Amino acid sequence: MAEPKIPLWEVFIRSRNGLAHKHVGSLHAADAAMALQAARDVYTRRGEGLSLWVVPSAAIVASDPADKEVMFEPTASKIYRHPTFYEVPDEVGHM
Amino acid sequence: MYTQALNARDTTAPVAGPEEAARAARFQARIDAEERIEPNDWMPEAYRRTLTRQISQHAHSEIVGMLPEGNWITRAPTLKRKAALLAKVQDEAGHGLYLYSAAETLGTSREELFDQLLAGRAKYSSIFNYPTLTWADIGAIGWLVDGAAIMNQIPLCRCSYGPYARAMIRVCKEESFHQRQGYEIMLTLCRGTPEQKAMAQDALNRWWWPCLMMFGPPDAESQHSDQSAKWKIKRFSNDELRQKFVDATVPQGQYLGLTFPDPDLAYDEAAGHWRYGAIDWEEFKQVLAGNGPCNRQRMKQRRDAHAAGAWVREAAMAHAAKRARRAAAKADALQQAA
Ligand SMILES: [Fe+2]
Ligand SMILES: [Fe+2]
Repeated sequence: MAEPKIPLWEVFIRSRNGLAHKHVGSLHAADAAMALQAARDVYTRRGEGLSLWVVPSAAIVASDPADKEVMFEPTASKIYRHPTFYEVPDEVGHM
Repeated sequence: MYTQALNARDTTAPVAGPEEAARAARFQARIDAEERIEPNDWMPEAYRRTLTRQISQHAHSEIVGMLPEGNWITRAPTLKRKAALLAKVQDEAGHGLYLYSAAETLGTSREELFDQLLAGRAKYSSIFNYPTLTWADIGAIGWLVDGAAIMNQIPLCRCSYGPYARAMIRVCKEESFHQRQGYEIMLTLCRGTPEQKAMAQDALNRWWWPCLMMFGPPDAESQHSDQSAKWKIKRFSNDELRQKFVDATVPQGQYLGLTFPDPDLAYDEAAGHWRYGAIDWEEFKQVLAGNGPCNRQRMKQRRDAHAAGAWVREAAMAHAAKRARRAAAKADALQQAA
């Protein structure tokens, strides 16, 4: 009998207070408790973090790379969303 | 190297129709622009196959590579050395896991990759088929084997495939400790009794040539380097990396007061390189073909470990299924009560 596949989890670490959790990789584990334990062993052997998230990979909904243009191109033309678009005289000082 | 890639088959992209050719051209343009390729991006099948093979061979090498060093954990001479060796071997397990994860993003499951190794269909680095006869071998492995691995892995941090490059960045951060702890073992032995120094010399004598072989066949004979270079998987040729390693390592060995087992080793002033003698490629071929000193033992240990762990994997999955069933039943009951 083929062994059942062990689920895949994505691992996120928050390195210091104030920074967001960041994706660091993935691992296989039978359940959430084992995934957390494995994440600690595999991804935090040198003080990499103060907090861990594990998320079933199947639960992640990702944008399609084929839609990259439709999704992200429109922002390129909206230069008025950036502070440098607006003119403020030098005399006014830093703003 | 850890991915000597000798079971490479076809690495030239099959061009099927104008649409495929256009896609392939766009893909190559992205590579040329130093963009990273990510798991869900379109990629030529040959790129996917080449990387799956290379990353999984690399992962297998990390895992099998734990065996020669694991051999000395219980016999390390001091508690400090034992703690360091345990930490190093644990790192190698971690490297294997980062790499299996990276390989999986290309669409082959870890179970399948394990099967390929255990069935003898996948290769791992030739270096791990040599025995660790004395404690000095642990020093030589850290200094030379990890040193050679670093030479190979640093350029892989810029590999065109994002997950592989990111895994390599993590790995490289950890490797430096491996090499330094090995060199320190060698240094301690070389500063010790004549017997200890002789032990260090003997280890260097046995590991030097197999370490040079780690970089794979000479450029004139490697069949797949051109395409890998074009895809920016490989940024330096086997011979280039081998030369970098020799240039970096010879002065380190001289500092230890050891001699290299190569009568032809000489410094080429004009070129600024250490020139080394002829490598015994027949030995390399034999080791890769399964006839090295420890091939059978390594594979048996991997198979036994995998088989011995089957009940743990089964129990973990059964436990998870039971907990999920109970949680579902509880949720049902709550809903009915509401
Ligand atoms: Fe490693
Ligand atoms: Fe290492």
